[in-house]
Amino acid sequence: MTVTITPTTLTWTTVCPLDRLDTDRGVAALVAGEQVALFRTADGIFAVDNRDPVTGAYVLSRGIVGSRGGAPTLASPLHKQVYDLRTGHCLDLPGVSVGRHEVRCRDGLVEVRLRQET
Amino acid sequence: MNTDRLVVVGNGMVGQRFVDALRARDTDRRWQVTVLAEETRPAYDRVRLSAFFDGVSADELNLHTPDDGVDLRLGEPATSIDRARRVVGTATGEHPYDALVLATGSSAFVPPIAGADLPGVFVYRTLDDLEALREHARGRRTGAVIGGGLLGLEAANALRLLGLTTSVVEFAPRLMPAQVDLAGGALLRRYVEELGVTCHLGVATTALRPGPDGTVAGLELADGTVVEAELVVVAAGIRPRDELARAADLPLGPRGGVLVDATCGTPDERIWALGECAAVDGVCHGLVAPGYAMAEVVADRLVGGAATFAGADTATKLKLLGVDVASFGDAHGTTPGCLDVTYVDPATRVYAKLVLSDDASTLLGGVLVGDASAYPTLRASVGGPLPGPPLALLAPAGAEGTGLAALPGTAQVCSCNAVTRDDVEAAIAQGAADVPALKACTRAGTSCGSCVPMLKQLLDAAGVRQSTALCEHFDASRRELFEIVRVRGIRTFSQLVAEHGRGRGCDICKPVVASILASLGGGHVLDGEQASLQDTNDHFLANLQRDGSYSVVPRIPGGEITPEKLIVIGEVARDFQLYTKITGGQRIDLFGARVEQLPQIWRRLVDAGFESGHAYGKALRTVKSCVGETWCRYGVQDSVGLAVALELRYRGLRAPHKLKSAVSGCARECAEARSKDFGIIATETGWNLYVGGNGGFRPRHADLFATDLSTEALISLVDRFLMYYVRTADRLQRTAAWIETMDGGLDHLRAVIVDDSLGLCAELDAAMNRHVTSYSDEWRDVLEDRDRLRRFTSFVNAPDVPDPSITFTEERGQPVPAVARTTPVALGMPEVRR
Repeated sequence: MTVTITPTTLTWTTVCPLDRLDTDRGVAALVAGEQVALFRTADGIFAVDNRDPVTGAYVLSRGIVGSRGGAPTLASPLHKQVYDLRTGHCLDLPGVSVGRHEVRCRDGLVEVRLRQET
Repeated sequence: MNTDRLVVVGNGMVGQRFVDALRARDTDRRWQVTVLAEETRPAYDRVRLSAFFDGVSADELNLHTPDDGVDLRLGEPATSIDRARRVVGTATGEHPYDALVLATGSSAFVPPIAGADLPGVFVYRTLDDLEALREHARGRRTGAVIGGGLLGLEAANALRLLGLTTSVVEFAPRLMPAQVDLAGGALLRRYVEELGVTCHLGVATTALRPGPDGTVAGLELADGTVVEAELVVVAAGIRPRDELARAADLPLGPRGGVLVDATCGTPDERIWALGECAAVDGVCHGLVAPGYAMAEVVADRLVGGAATFAGADTATKLKLLGVDVASFGDAHGTTPGCLDVTYVDPATRVYAKLVLSDDASTLLGGVLVGDASAYPTLRASVGGPLPGPPLALLAPAGAEGTGLAALPGTAQVCSCNAVTRDDVEAAIAQGAADVPALKACTRAGTSCGSCVPMLKQLLDAAGVRQSTALCEHFDASRRELFEIVRVRGIRTFSQLVAEHGRGRGCDICKPVVASILASLGGGHVLDGEQASLQDTNDHFLANLQRDGSYSVVPRIPGGEITPEKLIVIGEVARDFQLYTKITGGQRIDLFGARVEQLPQIWRRLVDAGFESGHAYGKALRTVKSCVGETWCRYGVQDSVGLAVALELRYRGLRAPHKLKSAVSGCARECAEARSKDFGIIATETGWNLYVGGNGGFRPRHADLFATDLSTEALISLVDRFLMYYVRTADRLQRTAAWIETMDGGLDHLRAVIVDDSLGLCAELDAAMNRHVTSYSDEWRDVLEDRDRLRRFTSFVNAPDVPDPSITFTEERGQPVPAVARTTPVALGMPEVRR
């Protein structure tokens, strides 16, 4: 699926209260029609594409988070490839990565801004 | 030979420890021992009392080992001491003594607050208290604890586990005032409040109010606040049980307690006191470690020794509401001229303080909140030189391993059992090669267990090493982790990784730990932190398919199903437009469900009497059967009946990998039982049991394990086989590989579960019994719980929008995924050589 980012999607979108995110378990959100996977971890909140780049299924929000070395990670629930949540790079398959988005928490609310990947 | 009569009053932890210690030392059998106990249960582990609410049974807390040389009289409390005649009176008689040991412990202190005697107000002291509390909590929503000390926070956690919205009221301005300083207390409060426990600090409770039904309904605080609480636990401190001594005119300590000197003897040379009821040189000790030390002192003296009580290590480390808290030595810095080194990291939320002597050379004490990994090293160093620069000791990254080399040989590694570094190293030199071996020969790590990481370090330092590491986060294998979790009663991944691992876990260790917790009866797989550990299948209690949809498999025990239930499955599949297929395990798989549809589908299924089939779990799948003697003209036994019974018995049992079974009603073997983990084939006179079969990638026929078993004997063997597998197999190791890699193979397995060569059978039987009696349908439990249901949402900000990426096309009259297949993960396929 090709993503065309229009200027209107580059704004912050309020997604949910922070307490709706369980620690170390993801949720999926719809932001301007895009599926985003959100994770709250001890290292902060991360937002990546919900689409698993290896299989094309929209499932990454259901992966297990953890760490590899010092990196906060996410494992795809389908075939377990592990991604660095900070960079989106797949740590198991060179050249594969998942798109990241900006996320922040303001006044107890989680906000997401879609990021245009280059 | 002359025997002397010893009467022990009290069978708590310390009383029991004393009897054990005396019996071990009294090799001449000089003492004839009578124990008078108030409670009707023999000694149990009061330190782990709260584990009762995590599903640990009263049996598992038992500390008492039967001893023919001891006359244990339960439910027969001592009521008087006649020192002139040297007899102890009870309601039913008199017990003469040559020596009398008072181990009466303490009772909960209930402050004189109006309403403290209302129904619904409890203390937190005995298993009976906890059972009554649990009973009262049923159907109630709110609870409060008076007292924010160690016991109060334990009680608060228990109320949380019982599902109550919980408040804690503490008179001091901080939680755990006896152990933690103000800054540590503030951090502790943040952790505790994040768990939903409301704290009212620096305020007294003035009254307890009844509700319309006469049971407690709320607390009035001195500042005018009213706290709603339908259940109240009073944990405001303890008082020594010294009433017997008082009535017998024995001197008491200034704040109560039976006054004894460092020999634990009273002025009456025949009477001793130990544990929480004793005031040693006037001071009572409310922890178990000093009590154990007193038990050793008195045991030694009764066999002619000259031991004295050297003072108490009041160090405490515990996990309270998921937070590590440790305090040791002079935690409050009361030594004149002492210095503080404090480390606060708001990001990782760790607080640590070391108290040093005025020249900063000697460690006097400290407080740790949030991360207590440095505790074993630090506690062992109290009173000696610092084992490293203070910051390196405190900063979490530097905590592990720091300073071990600097620890003197005389330093206590395990203060619960007074085991020094020298003792541990001597045991290692004599061949103890792992932590269980060290525990067995030194007793180190057998009480609170906090020194286990240090035992591992000492093993490592001695060059004893074997890598069976599960992943980068745990050096232990699955089997070792299982034992750690089981023996220490660990209930959460975060505790396990904090105390026995590193980092944040991964998709390998988290599901393994989730499975271990589930095998040990850790409650619903979606509750609390456990939910975050589950693989997506266990998290949604359904099987993830390649397009992101899930499949649903209701249990059909033995493959037997009524027409009505078949119709319900058909109707559900039709109404939700699910693809249906008969599985190899004689049940029906429904494909193409979206996460938000799962509860709706299961509502219909549960209403019709179905339950989870655990097709998503590393658990028992099915027990397949042929139709058996009921219909078949060749059948010799009721294979369907047995298959149904086995499936209902083992349903929901979480294991290292999936488990399959089958029962064939005659030797023609139509159920293909020999391709299963445990397969049963009927004989004319009973059942033959086969184990370790496998279909799949590497087929293996099951081995014949036992023949012509009665149904009862068969079930007993399968119970033990499964539980031994659950305990000892590696991650994702099916029973076939487990048996093949087992030292001694099938013969060893037979020795363990038939001949009980390891003495494990009683434990295995008890574990299976616990599984069978605590089984509850996971899906029904989800449907009844809003918090669990909340997880089944397509999008957190658009729960009504179905996932647009899941679309279907039609194939042979049924829906199938519309998205193209990507290349699946390739397994190496065998090739035919030409």
